[in-house]
Amino acid sequence: MPDGVTYEHGMGANLDGNGHDPRPAIVVRGLVKNFDEVRAVRGVDFEVGTGEVFGFLGPNGAGKTTTINMLCTLAKPTAGSASVAGHDVVKDRDEVRRNIGLVFQDPTLDGYLTAEQNLRLHAELYGVQSDLVDPRMEQLLTMVGLWDRKDSPVATFSGGMRRRLEIARGLMHSPRVLFLDEPTIGLDPQTRRLIWNYIRELKVREEITIFMTTHYMDEAEWCDRIAIMDHGQIVALDRPDALKERVGTDRVSIHTDDNEVAIAALAERFGVEARVADGAVAFGVPAGEEFVPRLFAELGVPIRAVNVSRPTLDDVFMSYTGTTIRDAEEDQAKHRNRVMMQMMTGGRR
Amino acid sequence: MSTTADRAQATPPPSAPTTPVVRVSVPKRSMASELRAIRIVWKRELIRYRSDRLRMITTLVQPLLFLFVLGSGLQHLAAAGTHGVNLKTFLYPGILCIAVMFTAMFSAASIVWDREFGFLREMMVAPVRRSSIVIGKCFGGATVACIQGVIVICLAGLVDVPYDPLLILGIFALQMLLAFSITAFGVMIAIRIKQMQSFMGVMQMIITPMFFISGALFTAAGLPVWLTILNRIDPLTYAVDPMRKLVFSHLSISPAAKHALDPGVTWWGWHLPGLLEAGIVLALGLLMLGIAIWEFSGTE
Repeated sequence: MPDGVTYEHGMGANLDGNGHDPRPAIVVRGLVKNFDEVRAVRGVDFEVGTGEVFGFLGPNGAGKTTTINMLCTLAKPTAGSASVAGHDVVKDRDEVRRNIGLVFQDPTLDGYLTAEQNLRLHAELYGVQSDLVDPRMEQLLTMVGLWDRKDSPVATFSGGMRRRLEIARGLMHSPRVLFLDEPTIGLDPQTRRLIWNYIRELKVREEITIFMTTHYMDEAEWCDRIAIMDHGQIVALDRPDALKERVGTDRVSIHTDDNEVAIAALAERFGVEARVADGAVAFGVPAGEEFVPRLFAELGVPIRAVNVSRPTLDDVFMSYTGTTIRDAEEDQAKHRNRVMMQMMTGGRR
Repeated sequence: MSTTADRAQATPPPSAPTTPVVRVSVPKRSMASELRAIRIVWKRELIRYRSDRLRMITTLVQPLLFLFVLGSGLQHLAAAGTHGVNLKTFLYPGILCIAVMFTAMFSAASIVWDREFGFLREMMVAPVRRSSIVIGKCFGGATVACIQGVIVICLAGLVDVPYDPLLILGIFALQMLLAFSITAFGVMIAIRIKQMQSFMGVMQMIITPMFFISGALFTAAGLPVWLTILNRIDPLTYAVDPMRKLVFSHLSISPAAKHALDPGVTWWGWHLPGLLEAGIVLALGLLMLGIAIWEFSGTE
């Protein structure tokens, strides 16, 4: 074992039964961020336990990235407070930075440098002990499957390889909290699965808390707990299965020739409140399979297709926000463009 | 002995690779960690320079055109005024300064690239002082500009400038100073600018007048009043003049030629000594480095 390698946990005395430090890794109280007149984050409260994989779920523009930026000390909160790894994000900015790893939505690698040079540069900036740089780098590059490409310039890497390298880089200094902002966005399914493998592997092998944002519902299922964010506020926060249980009902969606009439008929004949989502009439009923035969018999509107499903996080999202995440994103596209225009013309980022 | 390793064995990870977990801890910020940050930012500039061979050539094309094409082309016209001295010899000190200046400005532009391609963010969130990043950038850019300068120094023999060790050493020291000051100047501007296109525009607007007015291509004496005033305001003047003094002190030419071609810079009739001129360049460089640090520390 090389000198100075700390295999010891360091806080052994404070571990709970699962081997985790019971003190929360992130504490957020009444956090607010305004950009001029845009209220990006409107007062959020939550705690993330040490060793947890915590997901922030919501459509683009919901305030997820702004929240992450405040936790990473990249943006100053307008109001409220937050601490990461026990340090205040405003008062102990440096302490927070030493204890976190970041993987941004946009790539931040130097394409002129090789994979190895990028990791080395990071290690130097963070002051990683010189004798540990090589073993740590080998461990991480092996984990993300880039060890044999370490001498290639990053400019020759594909999008998925770059994202994997960024994850490795974010871990070079053994951060206590790893922030991943949309780590799988724009990646092919295979790479997305790989990245989730790393996340689960990290959870087992290193004492690390992972805070991530995503707008892929299927990925949110992998998190220990998720917070659903909409219009700058947290509308629900729990374990994925608990959230799904709370929805309680099966989801039924039907395609008809006249959605308006179908919705009216559903309300009148079955007392079911339905709305249009993704072009279909959607509603929730306790026992979906048994309801469908009655539906065909009694609705009085021709049905072209029917779909019954157990509640998913999509339904959870819908039950809390009244819309699907895709519709919410379309609604916000206009709003987002306006904000972007403001940022571009307003100058300072 | 090792809690982490034991736990990892008890519950194997999904894809179970065999590399051990190496845990590192980030030390508190100290002078040593700041120096390490400066060193790596400096080193990165050199790595990038090495991988960008095209830049070595492109930034030298223009100065060498001035030296060899303009110098040879105007030789005949200028013969009456140069007292038999090769016009290229006269132009050489100024051209050296310009070559260094172009490269230094180009190096400073990398801050704008870094911002556009996101890499700046990686440096901004690191637990180091912003000043360390700026200082590393300035030293890096200055080193690259110095290397380009050395290429021009190697060409001295082609324009009848002797390879005297003392002269070479003096030229090297002066061009190093200039490289640092110009990089600091470029970085100061680059920090404020978000897009490469606008940076190039601003550079064009600043570099060309600075270079034309500095006296790199003519002597600073006997100019019309308006040009004399502009010439004395131009900081590059105070780098070109000591460089020329240095080169001409090692040439074996007639006193009349020396007087005509190396009249020196005067303030209201007083001849500025070369050391003071070098001091002005250094002071301006430090001032601009200070402004750059102050600006960079203020950005989110």
